[in-house]
Amino acid sequence: MEQQLKQLEQEALAKIEAASNLKELNDVRVAYLGKKGPITDLLKGMGKLSPEERPKMGALVNTVRENVTNQLEARIAVLEEQAIQEQLEKESIDVTLPGRKIRTGNRHPLTRVIEEIEDLFLSMGYEIAEGPEVEKDYYNFEALNLPKGHPARDMQDTFYITEETLLRTHTSPVQARTMEAKKGEPIRIICPGKVFRRDNDDATHSHQFMQIEGLVIGENIRMSDLKGTLDALAKRMFGEEREIRLRPSFFPFTEPSVEVDVSCHKCGGKGCNVCKQTGWIEILGAGMVHPNVLEMAGYDSKKLSGFAFGIGAERIAMLKYGVDDIRHFYTNDIRFLSQFHRTEE
Amino acid sequence: MLVSLNWLKQYVDIDGLTAEELAEKITRSGIEVDAVIDRSQGMTNVVVGYVVSKEKHPDADKLNVCQVEVGEGDVRQIICGAPNVAAGQKVIVALPGARLPGGIKIKKAKMRGQESNGMICSLQELGVEGRVVPKAYADGIYVLPEDAVPGSDALELVGLRDIVLELGLTPNRSDALSMLGVAYEVAAILSREVKLPEVKYETTYEKAEDYLKLRVEAKENPLYAAKVVKNVKIEQSPLWLQHYLMAAGVRPHNNVVDITNYILMEYGQPLHAFDYDALKTKEIVVRLANEGEKIVTLDDQERTLKAHNLVITNGVEPVAIAGVMGGANSEVTENTTTVVIESAYFDGFSVRRTSKEIGLRSDASARFEKGVDPNRVILAAERAAQLLAELAGGEVLEGTVLVDELDKTPTRVVVSPDFINARLGMKISLEDMLSILKRLQFDVEAANGLLIIDAPTRRQDIKIEEDIVEEIARLYGYDEIPMTLPEGNDQVGGLTSYQAKRRVARNFLEGAGLYQAVTYSLTSEELSQKYALKAEETTKLLMPMSEERSTLRQSLIPHLLESASYNVARNAESVALYEIGSVFLGKTDEGLPYEEEHVAVVVTGKWVDNAWQGEKVNADFFIVKGILEGLFEKLGLADRISYVKSTVDGLHPGQTADIFLDGEKVGIIGGLHPVERKNLDLKDTFVAELNLKAILTATVEDLVYTAVPRFPAMTRDIALELDRSTPAGEIIEIIRKAGTKLLKDVKVFDVYEGEKMAPGKKSVAFSLTYFDPERTLTDDEVVNAHEKVLKALVEAGAEVR
Ligand SMILES: [Zn+2]
Repeated sequence: MEQQLKQLEQEALAKIEAASNLKELNDVRVAYLGKKGPITDLLKGMGKLSPEERPKMGALVNTVRENVTNQLEARIAVLEEQAIQEQLEKESIDVTLPGRKIRTGNRHPLTRVIEEIEDLFLSMGYEIAEGPEVEKDYYNFEALNLPKGHPARDMQDTFYITEETLLRTHTSPVQARTMEAKKGEPIRIICPGKVFRRDNDDATHSHQFMQIEGLVIGENIRMSDLKGTLDALAKRMFGEEREIRLRPSFFPFTEPSVEVDVSCHKCGGKGCNVCKQTGWIEILGAGMVHPNVLEMAGYDSKKLSGFAFGIGAERIAMLKYGVDDIRHFYTNDIRFLSQFHRTEE
Repeated sequence: MLVSLNWLKQYVDIDGLTAEELAEKITRSGIEVDAVIDRSQGMTNVVVGYVVSKEKHPDADKLNVCQVEVGEGDVRQIICGAPNVAAGQKVIVALPGARLPGGIKIKKAKMRGQESNGMICSLQELGVEGRVVPKAYADGIYVLPEDAVPGSDALELVGLRDIVLELGLTPNRSDALSMLGVAYEVAAILSREVKLPEVKYETTYEKAEDYLKLRVEAKENPLYAAKVVKNVKIEQSPLWLQHYLMAAGVRPHNNVVDITNYILMEYGQPLHAFDYDALKTKEIVVRLANEGEKIVTLDDQERTLKAHNLVITNGVEPVAIAGVMGGANSEVTENTTTVVIESAYFDGFSVRRTSKEIGLRSDASARFEKGVDPNRVILAAERAAQLLAELAGGEVLEGTVLVDELDKTPTRVVVSPDFINARLGMKISLEDMLSILKRLQFDVEAANGLLIIDAPTRRQDIKIEEDIVEEIARLYGYDEIPMTLPEGNDQVGGLTSYQAKRRVARNFLEGAGLYQAVTYSLTSEELSQKYALKAEETTKLLMPMSEERSTLRQSLIPHLLESASYNVARNAESVALYEIGSVFLGKTDEGLPYEEEHVAVVVTGKWVDNAWQGEKVNADFFIVKGILEGLFEKLGLADRISYVKSTVDGLHPGQTADIFLDGEKVGIIGGLHPVERKNLDLKDTFVAELNLKAILTATVEDLVYTAVPRFPAMTRDIALELDRSTPAGEIIEIIRKAGTKLLKDVKVFDVYEGEKMAPGKKSVAFSLTYFDPERTLTDDEVVNAHEKVLKALVEAGAEVR
């Protein structure tokens, strides 16, 4: 019987060794270890043995069983591992092939510039005021200290619609409207929007462009506040190292009036093509709100003062991104627009 | 304004600074210097030559062979083609090695076999603008005075050893439209003195008033002064005067005209010279023109006048348009002997209107428009008399013929130093303020803590306290202003709900694959109403620059399509754009068009193109509709939106719908009509436009959480055979209405139109979801609910497959 058992073990182990897949192994398991298998049969026949032989044989049968089971499991593990390896091999891909592109668009560079400026001023407690693109002569000119026949009206070539209505030449009328609406209350707004001038479109002129106007009115608003505010703006748009300087200028709606230069972001002020070797770039006009403008809107110019500034979004975008032709902003060439996708510092 | 530094030096000391340094100081403290122009332009080897002899070139008709002495005993042969070259002349010679403006290098050369050792120059060849070269030399070489020394520097002699500052003047600084005005400014900046010209001359026994009567009949002319000068000899002005004028951009004519121009530039006071005899009547009457009255001006143009134009007349007919241009009938000619010099104050608005109407803007009108200095009007007439005596041999008659009702008192401004410091956010001392105002030559007195200032009348821009703030600040230095931020703000700031939602819409559309475009608001009349959601009265420009940009748009789609077409023409395979902008509709009570913010979308070409995976999807209607649905969902409006098939000119009649929000039309969506596609050279193209204002201002319910389902949902499918023209949307409506409250969702999951269907029929399959948030539904409940739906569909004539 012992002989028989050994033989069975040899047979089973050989078959396990020869099995090439899990199904064959399962067959072996059923054949040798199953309820109807020969080892079970042997165990059943143990009753015929003498009481002395019984434990010995029992131990032997268990050893064989264990041995076959262990071999079986080991073999299963190997085959499973092989199967996984095959699967991995089959599922391998060329990871250098391009991904499935997610279709996205992005903001227009002018909106990008405007929102960046909006966000800066929103963080300083400003509101955003908007107004109509077709304006009354009154809000565009008269309320801004530019009565009819004023020579400074020549500074801006205007598209008139009627004698009394026109395409706004700046976003300043939004200031005039806001002041009128706020009835003497303090104001902190910026006004982004489209404006229009009678210009032939070329690399540096556009009959339509975007302006962002700022207005602060309150008690004791000082020119130093204007300077500090514009310094923050210059640093946000062109980098922390930027400085600004003010130069006297003239706008009918402000007094004093200044042009504001920012130190060149390209050369850091040493002089280059961008700044025409001066180290400075003119970026905007500003000033203290003219008392006539305050009074016309019902503000007491003795009690309240204010500052205002106006920025061209195209100019900022052209400087910031090195764009050389203003028409790019209005042709909507995707090869241009798509360049303004990524974030910056 | 062109400021010759040689000329400026006559009035103010500018030693110790380079032209660039001076320009920088002027710019930083008030007047922008646009350019610093070196008139010598780096020229070298340009000397005086004496034409010893001139002979015809043997082989060239138009050329002359000249022997020119260019230094003691240094005679060279130079070929010259100028018609006015002659023996005995002193001329300008560019020697071999000379560099002239425009990169021209002078070399020894042979011209038609004859050696030429240099070039005899015109002023233009030395870089002088042709329009300022005296007419006598306009088409030939420039001839120097007889006492010029051969071999000496010719540039010095023609005034080109000079630097000119080009000032970019703002309208308020008309005081700097004169050399003296600039001198005052420079003197204030540098803390130096102004040297005024000394005006003195002798007069004859005869009195001007015996020669000329004057009457002023118009309030537009509060001051008119006339000087009469006899026995004037009309000739060329001295060279220094010609050079100053040329440097200032003015062409020299003759001594009388040049003197008036010189004083125009020196004092900023326009003068006019009449030929006394040509006036005929010994009288000057200033009045408004008669409507339709005519005058031939100095430029030989006949001008028809209006009743509000101010004219100078001889009592019979106009002899000048006041402040704009003189008349040809009284022009100073080479035969003139007696001259009447007019110096007047004409109302700026009147001159501006007249010069605009006539289309004639001159150095004179530009100054009158902005207001000349009342205190220089008579002085300028005196100065003219002096120069006519000195430079034209004239005899000045005694007295000034004068009508003077002009207020010449300076403007008084009273301002406190505290106010100035408060406005600036600075602490400038009273002493510093006084010192600055004195440098400006303002009459100032400090009393009771106030500055009492009489601003000189040349500075007509100084009127109010804030003007003094600016004067102090600019001369103290804007760099000295500290940097602060506004104090005491109780406004929180932030975006309005509308503005915030608009940003959400932008983010959504960009996330959905669209690039933001910006196009022009002005379009052609033809395109202005195309694709408009609602076409209303258009808004047109009074004087458009072109038909293409004449009318404000009522739809964003036409320009977006142009942008799409532009990209496709440049080989873009896929174009997907959106724009947010206003359209302009009708007219409000204010007289302005109603501006409505819209958003429009255009998609053309490939929507998906994953080449190596072989995935390509062309633009179609449902891509654009899907984007809009996503936007509506984002804005919480999805359940309130409906689409109704419609037609829009330019869109495909079978692929177009109106979009409704709560039953109100808020947009359109559609495929571009094949004819339009052909015109624009586009393939399958789909557009949509929404009234963004309506969508963003629609009130939405508060966002409140609903319980996450704890019980399973059950689905049932239905396939229907329908007429091809039956919209699936209608069927969904029927299902929704028939479904009990257990029906939570209806989806279309299949649409089939093809050979397996009867002609004119289609099959549409719907998936219905039943669900009760409180418990698990039983089969019976679902069957019951579903039966009701099926019954309703059958009643509606649908065939359940
Ligand atoms: Zn630079």
